[in-house]
Amino acid sequence: MSLGQISQRAGEWLRGAGPQSEVVISSRIRLARNLAGFPFVGRASKAQQQEVVQRCQEEVMSGRLGAGLIWVDLTQSTALDRQLLVERQLASRQHVKATLDLPRAVAIGADETFAIMVNEEDHLRVQVLRSGMQVGDAFAQINAIDDTLEEHLDFAYAKRFGYLTACPTNVGSGIRVSVMLHLPALKLTGEIEKVRRAARDMHLAVRGLFGEGSEAQGDLYQISNQTTLGRSEQEILTYFQHSVVPQVIAYETKARMALLQQRQWELDDKIWRAWAVLTHARVMGTEEVLSLLSHLRLGVNLGRIDTVDIPTINELLLLTQPAHLQRVAGRELDPASRRRARADLIRQRLAAK
Amino acid sequence: MLKRKCDQCNSPATHHSVEIIKGQKIEKHLCDAHAAEAGLAIKAVHTPINELLTNFVKVRSGGAAQETVCEHCGLRFSEFRESSLLGCQSCYTAFEEQLGPLLERAHEGGTHHLGKVPRRAGAGQERQQHLLRMRKRLAEAVDCEDYELAVRLRDDIRGIEEQPE
Repeated sequence: MSLGQISQRAGEWLRGAGPQSEVVISSRIRLARNLAGFPFVGRASKAQQQEVVQRCQEEVMSGRLGAGLIWVDLTQSTALDRQLLVERQLASRQHVKATLDLPRAVAIGADETFAIMVNEEDHLRVQVLRSGMQVGDAFAQINAIDDTLEEHLDFAYAKRFGYLTACPTNVGSGIRVSVMLHLPALKLTGEIEKVRRAARDMHLAVRGLFGEGSEAQGDLYQISNQTTLGRSEQEILTYFQHSVVPQVIAYETKARMALLQQRQWELDDKIWRAWAVLTHARVMGTEEVLSLLSHLRLGVNLGRIDTVDIPTINELLLLTQPAHLQRVAGRELDPASRRRARADLIRQRLAAK
Repeated sequence: MLKRKCDQCNSPATHHSVEIIKGQKIEKHLCDAHAAEAGLAIKAVHTPINELLTNFVKVRSGGAAQETVCEHCGLRFSEFRESSLLGCQSCYTAFEEQLGPLLERAHEGGTHHLGKVPRRAGAGQERQQHLLRMRKRLAEAVDCEDYELAVRLRDDIRGIEEQPE
């Protein structure tokens, strides 16, 4: 399995299935771990950084985590491949930065449900990605991966502070639970800021599609925990399962119903305009596509349009991103050609249905 | 979310603050309207860690923070303040005094780990410290091009690592 093969389809997290998938696009959990006895990444010598990569590679690729893992040495990979990993949420933007002269890698599970970044901010950043609201299953999977890694790797750990991480905001359990939510109705009714503020006040972070510092394009929001010390993993999971997510879903659902009852013409107009533009435009930017796909997704979920299904929308969400577009085209494209190729691809995929 | 009601009416509270005055914890929860009425520029409880650090160090030291250095990796506390990143696991011990209250604020009052414990924890801690020291000596040996010493240290490290705990 190579990166070229995985770019042809949507990853597991965009399968468009899973519980509560009308609002919850995906669930993600990541664990931050460091190897005992080595300085953290930022303070390690190049030789030490290299040794950490080697150790992790031996362990991660030992077969104990299953067969078919892809190991990507980021110092050897092309800019396009690195961008591809970010678009598929398998590596962070920080991790793939071209200017970084640092031995580092990312391992990808065969089904793309998990990925392990080596030498990001911490020696190991393990993540599990699932479609829909599946934080419980995601945790079971990541915990098993962590147990396996721990059999042969010694993680930095102390009684008081738990798993020791480079940034003290992750210390303790080193866990970040995050759910990606599609909140178009809250955006349309102007209530999204309230949700953002409330989330922040409850110690939850709200980010855009591509994490830290990214805008909430396509009405996609990631909500994640900030507290990792003094709370068990289970406590955080329960908080998401029984409090945070059900409440946001309830708000969004209420806003969707309000739109249907009070602004149905306006809503239908938005949905069908999105369809019209997507099926006819000749030049398209990513931001516009994300916004139109958002309206289309809302339309499908509310039963207002049946010319397209959710898996196709998810596939387009990913394939219209710059690196994916170039992969599909099989060559590098300048921004202007990308905008044309993007419009072509969308028309093609939507016409086929 | 939004489970708290405003202290002064039945609307959901959207502004929260916790102040500690002479050891007394005072919590305020207000809705938009009452927060505005109170004329309080109430800040969200969550503050970026950089800001926390800067404020905290100022309060603690009256402006001139006494410089603590981690003896293992050489990181100065002031460097940590700049980058928000620690240098090695020993920094948690070296800066424990400064980090304790800071972490408590960053983690909603959390002071001690409550989650998963690695199966190999505990006994391993001293070993971790020892390995960290050995690796530091190894790095120094390589820097000074003392390869004979480096090889010996490398073997020693391997030996320690392969020992059952």
